[in-house]
Amino acid sequence: MFIDLRNVSYTYNLNMPFETEVLKSINLSINEGEFIGIIGHTGCGKTTLLQLLNGLLEPTNGKILIDGIDIHKDKNKLREVRKNIGLSFQYPENQLFEETIFKEIAFGPKNMGIKGDSLIDNVKKAMKMVDLDYSIYKERSPFNLSGGEMRRVAIASILAIDPEVIILDEPTASLDPQTRNRILRLIKDIFKRYSKTIVLVSHNMEVIAELAQRIIVMDKGRIVLDNSPKNIFRNNVTSLEQIGLAIPQITSMMHKLRKMGKPIKPDVLTLEEAKNEILKIVKKK
Amino acid sequence: MKFTRNLTIGQYIHKDSFIHKLDPRIKLITALLLIIVIFLINTWNGFFVIGLYLFLSITISKINPKHVLLGIKPLLFIIIITLLLHLFTTKGEVIFTLWILEITKEGLLRGLFIATRLFLLILSTSWLTLTTSPIALTDGIERILLVFRIIKIPIPAHEIAMMMTIALRFIPTLMEETEKIIKAQIARGADFESGSIINRIKSMIPIIIPLFINAFHRADELAVAMEARCYRGGEGRTHYRELSIKATDQIFFFITLILILLVVFF
Repeated sequence: MFIDLRNVSYTYNLNMPFETEVLKSINLSINEGEFIGIIGHTGCGKTTLLQLLNGLLEPTNGKILIDGIDIHKDKNKLREVRKNIGLSFQYPENQLFEETIFKEIAFGPKNMGIKGDSLIDNVKKAMKMVDLDYSIYKERSPFNLSGGEMRRVAIASILAIDPEVIILDEPTASLDPQTRNRILRLIKDIFKRYSKTIVLVSHNMEVIAELAQRIIVMDKGRIVLDNSPKNIFRNNVTSLEQIGLAIPQITSMMHKLRKMGKPIKPDVLTLEEAKNEILKIVKKK
Repeated sequence: MKFTRNLTIGQYIHKDSFIHKLDPRIKLITALLLIIVIFLINTWNGFFVIGLYLFLSITISKINPKHVLLGIKPLLFIIIITLLLHLFTTKGEVIFTLWILEITKEGLLRGLFIATRLFLLILSTSWLTLTTSPIALTDGIERILLVFRIIKIPIPAHEIAMMMTIALRFIPTLMEETEKIIKAQIARGADFESGSIINRIKSMIPIIIPLFINAFHRADELAVAMEARCYRGGEGRTHYRELSIKATDQIFFFITLILILLVVFF
């Protein structure tokens, strides 16, 4: 699955008192099997971009091609697009409505025409992906759960559609650190084990740096940077700071150690890498 | 995909103008009088005068007439239906026949007359809401309702005003949320646009349930937050913005009153 955005722009409230252009000529391609992190401040157009990706919004200008086909040319194709590109909104637990968790997770695949045993299989698989025990949870109400569990049910309801591309808008927003790490670990697993394409939106640079293979930095409706995390944190620190985005704390610390003359590589992203680098120096002594 | 975005009824557009600065009580009473007068009028001349009055006060308020008309758009349907009903059901001198339907001269005039009346009614209320911020509006309503206390009818004026303020405050929030939920369910493959009527009603469940649950949560939180700040209703409560009738308010109201009297009695 290959998603290609050509010169896409989007304006809210076109020809209305409160007209605002939120996306300005975006060019972006998403290849199969990529893990993309999108980062930017609130109001930079991230959420709008995601809604364009699975055809919920129609661009004011420009084209969105999926496998070379313009998705807005044939409206009947849109459902197929949404089957292949799963979008989990911010605070997805606000969309829960069913009596049981099984029904909740089955809602998506059922709408996509999946029936019978394969429906049950899809639900089971999705619940396994988010680490919810099928036999314990299937009959429970989605409203009697903790915040983290609700979030996982909501994400499972998207995964159950079995999309090739999974888009997650701030999947860890307002969760406690422990639950947050758990969900991030799950996302990492889903990417590795089930070979999905993942687009993760966050304004937390640590999260993006740890998971994504490619980072897209957005500012005021434009894509400012589009590169691998290592390249961005090696070369674009100043432009990141101009936008007001910080590099991961650990990277920034390693940059400082380098300035002090320690032989450390300039693209440390995770705690693990940092540990190894520091150990190397210590051992040399 | 535009679900709720085209609605401008009841929207306030901030501009720095004479009309915006008028006392909300004056504007409320003016709008109320206008509505009554529009119902009383039965001559085209009267409509012309009221129309001119509204046109002028909208022009003075610096609001783009396009936005005013956009607000009327959702109600255009009702106006057209009314027009058609009168067009085809009034008996009189036939001027045009369409299959079994006969259009009469009386019907045409009557239809246009009622349509104009509806148009002016909507125009006078949207003139009020476009130029008065929701807070000013409810403040005005509270003060007007307090009048009942003088004539010994106990109306919980403050509570009514507070409920209205909260309701108005949450309209955009709920609209935004509805739109978000609709989108999220569409992303999960929900279909709101096809199928039989029963299926379509059923397809509303995934929107309505989350919407209600979130609204109840929010109401609960708001109540707690208000109590935490010692909210105890209207008794002994003071106002940040005291309303006062100024000379400009008096002049505006005087002119309006003369105009209305002229229209009603001549």
